[in-house]
Amino acid sequence: MLLVLSVALLRIRDLFTVAMLTGIYSLVIACFFMLQDAVDVAFTEAAVGAGITTVLFLTTLSMVGREEAPISRINLPALACVAACGALLLYASQDMPAWGDPQAPVHQHVAPRYITESAAEVGPPNIVTSVLASYRSYDTMGEVGVVFTAAIGVLLLLGNGARRREDNEDDAEDQP
Amino acid sequence: MISLLNYWFVFALMLMGLYVTIASSNLVKKVVGLNIFQTSVFIFFISMGKVADGTAPILDEAYSSYSNPLPHVLILTAIVVGVATTALALALIVRIREGYGSIEESYIQQQDREQSP
Repeated sequence: MLLVLSVALLRIRDLFTVAMLTGIYSLVIACFFMLQDAVDVAFTEAAVGAGITTVLFLTTLSMVGREEAPISRINLPALACVAACGALLLYASQDMPAWGDPQAPVHQHVAPRYITESAAEVGPPNIVTSVLASYRSYDTMGEVGVVFTAAIGVLLLLGNGARRREDNEDDAEDQP
Repeated sequence: MISLLNYWFVFALMLMGLYVTIASSNLVKKVVGLNIFQTSVFIFFISMGKVADGTAPILDEAYSSYSNPLPHVLILTAIVVGVATTALALALIVRIREGYGSIEESYIQQQDREQSP
């Protein structure tokens, strides 16, 4: 399902359709996260990925137009590069632990402590909340920094554009 | 073999995203490719956090086996950061469109060459 959607995403040239499909794609991914027990991630993806990202894409498209120029041919160097990466990944995946294996290295280090101790050490029954707000709160603080920087960047980029358009209009009024 | 199927599926998504990011000439399409690449990494992490027969990591008397909460936290952070970078990329595209009148890479490069012979 996801594969079909992403192939459609990449083949369709009408960018408006692509933006709407991105929303559906995010929603399908959210369902997948739900099946994988990641409920918090699922609703973040549904709200942020399917909601905000789609709105962002649509806003951009309203400013830049929705048609993509036809692609003339397959890009062979890119295809070769992608194939090489794929081969490496497939080779590396031979060493991955089986999906859902409770003995996998990921589950051996700090995770057991989060699961057994977080109720006593932090409080909330939702372990993800405990880890996010207490054990790894520096991560969350860094995330706030990143979002803040991005917001400033967007404001600077688009704010300048608006001012320049006003200048142009002023010039246009001056000329006649 | 079936146990690695999730990962192969992630790789397929990842490679498609990578190909579009490299080969597409439309800048919005490149950002879509980047998004697909990003979500494939999310799926990879969440798949690794899954424990068979485990339940969502919310403590309850009725369950004793939980999935790993750590990847969930990391991906929560990554989703929000991903939206922030997408917003920045799209703002840049809007500016490029104002400056060059196009969001096609070939057209932009052609204009650059004409300006600096």
